[in-house]
Amino acid sequence: MGKQLAKVVGILIVALALCVSVVAKAADAPPIKVGAIFGVTGVAANLGGPEKKTAEMLVEKINKEGGVNGQKIELIVKDSGSKKENAVSLAKQLIEEDKVLAIIGPSTSGETLAIKNICQEGKTILLSCAAAEDIVNPVASYVFKTPQKDSDAVRRIFQVMKTKGITKIGVITSNDGFGITGGKQLANLANLAGITIAISEAYDTQETDLTGVLTKVKGQDVNAVVNWSTTHGQSMVAKNMKQIGLDVPLFQSHGYGNIKYVQEGGEAANGTIFPCGRLLIADILPDNNPQKKFLLEYKKDYESRYKEDVSTFGGHAYDAILILVEGIKKAKSTDKEKVREAIENIKGLVGTAGVFHFTPLDHNGLGMDAFEMLTVKDGKFVIYKN
Amino acid sequence: MNLPQVVQYCFAGVTVGSIYAIVAIGFNIIYNTTGIINFAQGEFLIVGAMLAISFNHFVPLPVAIFLAVVITTIIGGLVEIVFIRQVRNASVLRLVVITIGISILMREAMLHIWDEKVRSLPYFTGTGVSTVTILGAHISPQVLWVLGVSAVIVMGLTPFFRFTLTGRAMRACADDRMAARLCGINDRWMVTLSFMLSAGIGALAGCVISPVTQTQYDMGASLAIKGFTVAILGGLGNSMAAVAAGLMLGLVEAFVMSQFDVAYKEAVSIVILLLILVFRPSGLFGKREIAAMRAL
Repeated sequence: MGKQLAKVVGILIVALALCVSVVAKAADAPPIKVGAIFGVTGVAANLGGPEKKTAEMLVEKINKEGGVNGQKIELIVKDSGSKKENAVSLAKQLIEEDKVLAIIGPSTSGETLAIKNICQEGKTILLSCAAAEDIVNPVASYVFKTPQKDSDAVRRIFQVMKTKGITKIGVITSNDGFGITGGKQLANLANLAGITIAISEAYDTQETDLTGVLTKVKGQDVNAVVNWSTTHGQSMVAKNMKQIGLDVPLFQSHGYGNIKYVQEGGEAANGTIFPCGRLLIADILPDNNPQKKFLLEYKKDYESRYKEDVSTFGGHAYDAILILVEGIKKAKSTDKEKVREAIENIKGLVGTAGVFHFTPLDHNGLGMDAFEMLTVKDGKFVIYKN
Repeated sequence: MNLPQVVQYCFAGVTVGSIYAIVAIGFNIIYNTTGIINFAQGEFLIVGAMLAISFNHFVPLPVAIFLAVVITTIIGGLVEIVFIRQVRNASVLRLVVITIGISILMREAMLHIWDEKVRSLPYFTGTGVSTVTILGAHISPQVLWVLGVSAVIVMGLTPFFRFTLTGRAMRACADDRMAARLCGINDRWMVTLSFMLSAGIGALAGCVISPVTQTQYDMGASLAIKGFTVAILGGLGNSMAAVAAGLMLGLVEAFVMSQFDVAYKEAVSIVILLLILVFRPSGLFGKREIAAMRAL
């Protein structure tokens, strides 16, 4: 009896396996494998969280609409814990084992710079969601990035400072990839803008309080403070400045583009000035803005699905996938080299961060006009006016 | 440097130092009963703060904090009963490793319950921009809350461990568990009690510092490392010394910050820790205290 049962079960299994293989053959072409490395947990969780959610949402939408060139996209999301060493091993895994066409992410500049060469040598397209300029300068042929350039953010900030008559500033940065490269950009461009950096300090990303370093800044009699980070220090700096009576304008980087930091900063956040893509102010943009309709749609999709405010970081992941899909469509192939070349020739692609114009030498594709200067008023983002 | 500036640096030191101190106190309670360091102490802080933040949506702040402390106390007890008590041949090393495991477990659980976003409790008095001005320098009233709560905890704990029967029984367990058991002390429950007590105090600490440090699920580890440093610095087991050492470390860091690059301050605190471990292994205030404990 037992033997017979085993036989029956065995036959069933074989039959089932055959069915499955037949079904698999009948289905469309194999999916396009795309990897993603996001800091879903760890210090960059505020970036990685929305990035992962956006990527999953967008890929689902693309697949529902029939995929790209008739092929579905298979997104493989990995959590780096916001750590470089994890990003490195995940990148190797995605390239060597999963043999992905492209990698979306990582979320932070430090992680991206750590895997830049790995992707270049592995001839796998990297579409980073991190901001640092070093990612695309010098250009590595397989490496692209979607957020606006640090240097353009700095230039926009200095423009505003000039109109306000600010000449002497204090700079504090987080002690990570984003903060350090931002600090360098500020130092490089300050002279040209006629601005003196009286003091520049880096603080730990896990810092529990910033009054000490701000006391030091206060001692230099600066006209303004610039904070460059993507971590919770951004809300802390606003509060601590008010607490020690450092009553000068506070400028922050484009990393401030998450309303959560404003909410955490409370009333101290009011008056903070920072450069930012247009996503957060989509509803107040003039109707003739080419990005407006697109931005509002993403915002609506994201907010209705995840019940949380959209952030620029999710937008960076959106752009990365958009660019990749456009590249695949233009190349009409999933050959890595052809797609890479196609991306280099994308012109006028409307994304969340701006309108992308890539060239073989410009792997970011965005200019200074991608930034709008924003400020915080009554706990909300509004367009900054002199 | 003029006077207001010096005072301002001191205040910055006190702010950070008071946070170190209040975290360090929790380490001492479990050490006092079991002789082990509980590396999940940082997570108790965050759980407490997270619970209070969630409750604060529905009930007033004091009630929210009270509920958070009670629930975290229960969690602390459960952690002990489920994990620590089951260990056979519990050597100090084995228990310490288990607490590291518990900390990771709690961190991941918090990530799933509260997601990755930064939150914080409202300031107990005033808002993020209100300050108290002393000698031309400013300090957030919340820092005074942290100091006050630390003082109350220490004033409660020191007599508890010295003079009450339960407190002395708990200390006896750390000293010699077998002997304590022979004296009729229910050592198992003493250990559970110490976990509950330190979890509760941790939760309270987490709530008090939340407006200053903000609260994120993975902040426990870095808070715990500083708290642990301070506990060692003061001399393990002595809460009053922990507060003194915490403030001292905060002030030293502020001083280093005022003179050198901010990045050096971490290095300096580690160097101090190493020097203390080499030259005064029982901590800055340790020897006298241990001698006193033996005499009791």
